[in-house]
Amino acid sequence: MTTLTNGGMTPPDLSGKNLSLRRSFADKGATLGIALCVLIAALPLALVAWQVVSRGASTWSLDWFIEEIPRNYRTEGPGMGPAIVGTLAITGMAALLSIPVGVLGAVYLNEYGKNKPLARFIRTMADVMTGVPSIMMGLFIYVGYVTVIDDRTGFAGALALACLMLPIVIRSTEEMLRLVPDELRQASSGLGARKWRTTLGVVLPAASSGITSGSLLAVARAAGETAPIIVTVGLTYVYKPDLFDGANTTLAAQIFRNASQPFAASQDRAWGAALTLIAIVFLFTIVARIIASRFAIDKR
Amino acid sequence: MTTTAAPETPPEVDLGGEARSRRADKGFTGLVTFAGLTVLIVLGLILVTTSFQAWPAIVLDPVEFITGTRWSPSDEIFGTLGFLYGTLVTSVIAMIVAVPVSIGIALFITEVAHRRSRKYIVTIVDLLATVPSVVFGLVGSIVLIPWVTPIYQWWAGVVAPVPGLNSIFNETNTGRNYFTAGLILAVMCIPIITSISREVFATVPDIDKQGAYALGATRWEMIKGAILPHSFGGLVGASMLGLGRAMGETIAVALVIGGSIGINANLFAPGNTMAAVIAQQWGESGGLHTDALIGIGVLLFAITVLINFLARVVVRRAELKMKGAHS
Repeated sequence: MTTLTNGGMTPPDLSGKNLSLRRSFADKGATLGIALCVLIAALPLALVAWQVVSRGASTWSLDWFIEEIPRNYRTEGPGMGPAIVGTLAITGMAALLSIPVGVLGAVYLNEYGKNKPLARFIRTMADVMTGVPSIMMGLFIYVGYVTVIDDRTGFAGALALACLMLPIVIRSTEEMLRLVPDELRQASSGLGARKWRTTLGVVLPAASSGITSGSLLAVARAAGETAPIIVTVGLTYVYKPDLFDGANTTLAAQIFRNASQPFAASQDRAWGAALTLIAIVFLFTIVARIIASRFAIDKR
Repeated sequence: MTTTAAPETPPEVDLGGEARSRRADKGFTGLVTFAGLTVLIVLGLILVTTSFQAWPAIVLDPVEFITGTRWSPSDEIFGTLGFLYGTLVTSVIAMIVAVPVSIGIALFITEVAHRRSRKYIVTIVDLLATVPSVVFGLVGSIVLIPWVTPIYQWWAGVVAPVPGLNSIFNETNTGRNYFTAGLILAVMCIPIITSISREVFATVPDIDKQGAYALGATRWEMIKGAILPHSFGGLVGASMLGLGRAMGETIAVALVIGGSIGINANLFAPGNTMAAVIAQQWGESGGLHTDALIGIGVLLFAITVLINFLARVVVRRAELKMKGAHS
């Protein structure tokens, strides 16, 4: 029947050409708008990269990395040595404090707690903790540590950064532990290994690349943090590799200290410090990416 | 250690190691449980210690602390409403800019981009997330502010005859204001909102998208009809996470907001936010002033924890609903 009534007509054109003008216009416009959003995000990134590189590159020299920071804001010339050493020392100490605790905490969540109410609660609170403003970690360590020992030390800054890194390490490690196939755990148990041996000898090594890259990303984020440092350690310029005796300084704190001055010399130093900091952060990020992609679990 | 286990064990089988291993198992379980609990311990300690320290400044005049707009440390007057206002205004500006842009980027990555270009766009967003906030502050305060100040002045002139708008965008002589801070916060919120939105879009069942296409929908109609209704709850959660991030951001805001005290309807006027005022005044504070700054921190902590908690619940519920509907 239908073939009879439809006899003389050609089948309907279902290609895009037949769209009404309004619909095709809306589709094209939306696609353009969505693409524009990407451009809007790329613009500030390009601006930051261009400004920091073009203004900061001129400060780089051998002296820049080893010299002391000039006392006076108006003094021209290089020197960010103490801040570079301080950044590495403070973030290194923070990593040393937070990564073991974070990895073990993730082991609890994924291997022991699983879906118990306590584990679920810790998981939610770890997510919430990643959203706690970084300055709050600084205030916490100031009240809980700096006022107790009555000294602003680099170690206090490391503690604050460790609090900041802890939830990030926990959550990223847990994601990685989840990727470890259950067969590995069962094989290990089948060979008679106890759970702690299975965890330490089989599960953690299997996930080690993911854990390393996640931890490095957390380190990269902590290295750029300013607020917890200026609250716990303060703003100084002296050279002190010892984290337990007196104040240290970091690149991020130096950017803040120098950027708020109206003098060209100090602003130049701020740009140089920004370039150095970004270089360090990118280095960590790139190494983390390489480890993650080269040694991913599914590729072995 | 082995001596305690030795008497019960038959000599031919070495079960001493077994007992030790069992103890090790117990010990390890305790260790990892404690490590997991550190999250709760730290969060609890943050709340208790900082509240305790801030107490003297808050009880001085609790009503004034929450609702007062005067902030005069030398007279021991601590009203924080102006800072709360600044935090809200800047984060709302940030959300108005960042939410549509982030959803657009997430849609571009999941629906529009080809596989190869997808990787580059994800990298751009990830790189944006790795830039330290103080660097955004530096670029904002030294480069951006001289550029935007004439634009603000021009815009204030344009809307001057329009009632309503002219009080929001009033004339200004500085680029260090709520609006600049909001724009910089928007840039900093884009990565987190984008990545959560992507996760949310990934949960939209393929069969719904194919169904929409099969009914003759264009891509935009498919997005409107299949993706957005499905993901609404998740997108609300993603935006709230971004909001929490924006409210807690300190250094970038401290460098560009100007640092005046009080409430001003003019978005082009300098102001301050809760986080930024702590960073700005910390160095020269002491005694009760320090305690009051910590009190601001406690308020900020409570607000951001609440927002983050709600956001996580919303995102999780949206994901569960999605899984339940199509498994």
